[in-house]
Amino acid sequence: MTLANAIIQGILLGGLLALFAAGLSLLFGVMGVLNLAHGDIAVVAGYLAVALVPALHLPTLWVFLIVVAVLMVCGYLVQRLIFQPSLESGPLTPLLVTLGMSVVIENLLLEIFTANSHSLSIGTFTGGALRVNSQISLSYLSLAILGAAVLSLAAIQLGLSRTKVGRIVRAVADDRDAAQLVGVNYRHIFGLAAAVAFGTVALAGLSLTMYTSISPTAGPTYLIYGFEAVVIGGLGSLWGTLAGGVVLGIAVTVGLLINSDFGALAPHLVFLAVLAVRPQGFFPRRVTA
Amino acid sequence: MAEVQVTRSQHSGLVVGGLGIILVAVLAVLPFLVVEGFTNFLVNLFILLALASMWNLLAGYGGLVSVGQQAYIGLGAYTVLFLAQHGLNAFVGVPAAVVVGAVLAIPAAWFLFRLSGGYFAIATWVLAVVAAIVITGIPSLGAGTGASVPGLLNYSAISLGAETYWASLAVAVVAVLATYLLLRSRLGLVLTAVRDNEVAARSVGGKVGRAKLIVYLVSSAGCAAVGAVIAISQLDVQAVNVFNIQWTAYMIFAVLIGGMGTIEGPLIGATIFIVLQQTLSQFNGWYLVLVGGLAMVVAIWIRGGIWGFWASRSSFRIFSVGYFLHAQPPEDGPAPPGIGPSQRPDRRKWLRRLRPRPS
Amino acid sequence: MTDSGEQLLLEVAGLTVKHGQLTAVSEVSLGVPQGSVLAVIGANGAGKSTLLGAIAGLHRPSSGRIILDGEDLTGVPCPKRVERGISLVPEGRRLFPSLTVEENILTGAYRARRGPWNLARIYEMFPWMPGRRRQSAAQLSGGEQHAVAIARSLMANPRVLLIDELSLGLAPIVVRGIYASLPDLLESGLTVMLVEQDVAQACSVATRIQCLLEGRTTLVGGPTEFTTAEIEAAYFGMSPTASAGATL
Repeated sequence: MTLANAIIQGILLGGLLALFAAGLSLLFGVMGVLNLAHGDIAVVAGYLAVALVPALHLPTLWVFLIVVAVLMVCGYLVQRLIFQPSLESGPLTPLLVTLGMSVVIENLLLEIFTANSHSLSIGTFTGGALRVNSQISLSYLSLAILGAAVLSLAAIQLGLSRTKVGRIVRAVADDRDAAQLVGVNYRHIFGLAAAVAFGTVALAGLSLTMYTSISPTAGPTYLIYGFEAVVIGGLGSLWGTLAGGVVLGIAVTVGLLINSDFGALAPHLVFLAVLAVRPQGFFPRRVTA
Repeated sequence: MAEVQVTRSQHSGLVVGGLGIILVAVLAVLPFLVVEGFTNFLVNLFILLALASMWNLLAGYGGLVSVGQQAYIGLGAYTVLFLAQHGLNAFVGVPAAVVVGAVLAIPAAWFLFRLSGGYFAIATWVLAVVAAIVITGIPSLGAGTGASVPGLLNYSAISLGAETYWASLAVAVVAVLATYLLLRSRLGLVLTAVRDNEVAARSVGGKVGRAKLIVYLVSSAGCAAVGAVIAISQLDVQAVNVFNIQWTAYMIFAVLIGGMGTIEGPLIGATIFIVLQQTLSQFNGWYLVLVGGLAMVVAIWIRGGIWGFWASRSSFRIFSVGYFLHAQPPEDGPAPPGIGPSQRPDRRKWLRRLRPRPS
Repeated sequence: MTDSGEQLLLEVAGLTVKHGQLTAVSEVSLGVPQGSVLAVIGANGAGKSTLLGAIAGLHRPSSGRIILDGEDLTGVPCPKRVERGISLVPEGRRLFPSLTVEENILTGAYRARRGPWNLARIYEMFPWMPGRRRQSAAQLSGGEQHAVAIARSLMANPRVLLIDELSLGLAPIVVRGIYASLPDLLESGLTVMLVEQDVAQACSVATRIQCLLEGRTTLVGGPTEFTTAEIEAAYFGMSPTASAGATL
């Protein structure tokens, strides 16, 4: 595999990682919750699809839509019932509670689905690819995942900057007491943000299930990648999140050119370097007054 | 005006200390008295006791919420493996692990202490992942599949069980004792202040940075020692096991359930955790679902855990690290109401140790 | 509580607000007639901001009632009070730093009532704003931020406008400028309750003043009813007849 191909594949992988990062960025940026169960929730989405596809006898894409919708509702409920009480309990509590959630989810999945891995495909689409030249081929799936990432991030960005609700979400993220003073029920707004976050994480999980496979303990790896992408790109900027995902993806694929250990190590080293040198990331958006 | 006397212990402090020594002595002779299954169960308990105490020291008192202590568990385990592969007795790995953990914690601290909150937490986890990847890249240490610890099979099964038991008991006792002594020292006063309000602690001149560094080093060294014991008790070392985030989850759950920010809390939480594990062992993962769910509920609604719940209703402490004020009656003149020279000091006049800080 | 027969728009009866173990407001009662300005004065820590915050719904009182035009607001959560007609301009302005000037103002319209205030009218009142409307709110000066904060509150078309510590951190000339626009606000049908440390400024715009000391009311009435000495005494807690040589 040449360097050019590695970089291109890295960009494509970045789309998948950006999907994981988007939800994390929303949850952490809007309400300050670091969701350690984020990767596990993606895995839940994948397993839900795996269970529903044979059960519902619907085309796979329809099942995906259902899974995303279900996860969005779950996101609102989880925020109101779990995250919100955690936030009110203390600043460290959400971290600890989401760790608990992670363990609960992983072990539930282990009990229900066993430790085997599962994956899904959509007909010939998942396996097909676009041949650019003798060195480089772009798989349809990777292109679709990157496309989904870009579209989701664009939609969220537009929603935040152009709509009335988006404006209110940004206001709540800035100062929730002042938002209350203009009549905002911030818990409800947090719920909406969580719903969107869970929607993106559902997309991420479904993508992962098609891209490789999922197993009950696959979550944490992607949680870490997701958070790393958020940090590299800069909290508060969704395009930064995409950039962060791409940087990580390239680190993985280029690292793999050397050996498999380096492929695993490179993204984390990049993350640690960014943390050491420029902890606010490359495109930080948060303005402090 | 009545005179005031400040002491470090309740009148029962000496009694509890004596009981503690007896307890440790009894535990020490157990291998001669009970079946191996029971001592194996206790090994798991001592491991979690030590880990929980170390995490509580780090997070409950130092304010450093790390989800990466498994890095040091793994490093401690591999220290044992490395030394055993080079002909040394595996048990030498336990004190060696302490050194390795403390030494490697220094550069880690230098990097981590510039971060806070969620960034700090994830960075600790990433460091653990990096450590695991680096170690699995070393073929002589077993790479991905792990390696068994040489030399342990030279022991008979019974004596290995006993030695492992004593090693784990020693690590647990030292961990708890170290926490107690640390908190009784001047450093402990700074840490208790940090536990309750870090900004205020800094503003009255407490050497918070130094306190956190010492706490991080002690906690890391302690986790490394536990890692060494784990390697010995499991007879082989696999990266995916010893560097696993599960260890962190277990120690955090134990601390949450028992009560963060007190010495007694982690001990109680670890005991509950291991008892649950033992009684629900045939249900595999379900006990973890239960414990995880319990930890979530406690974290949100029963802040201070079980010990915190008890402690807010009585002034009894097993470990006396607080300060007590006794009002003495004046030499002449009437005694303050409720206190006579022959009566015990009125409970209400004692300064209670500050409540566990909400997590 | 009647006040020479005038209709009271906002009434507070026996309000007590605690912050933990500290009682910030203790049995305070007040009445604000429709179309008037009540200035609450007092030293730092007297409980003025807490009082306003409780009326707006940010703090839960431990006893007492808050009544708006006959309706009991005491149990109503903070976000719902905007719909009822209360809007607070908080201490320190508290604009949303990642929003532009215009976006900040528009957030005020989130739960707006019907009324005369809209973006066009705001821009008429503050002619410098339209030119800066796409700037980030964080880039404005203190006085400009205060104007935007007031604009944000006005967009809700409140019946009662609460303003907390208007002059804190602002140059006197800026403060005078903001107070100069107060009559226009009143003409549009607003009732104003403001908290002010600067007694002279408060007396110059208020219909009534109420002085708080350590959470309690020490003086209530029209600003011209009292001598400076009496106001000082109420402000600092000295007896009004204290002579120069008396010890406190």
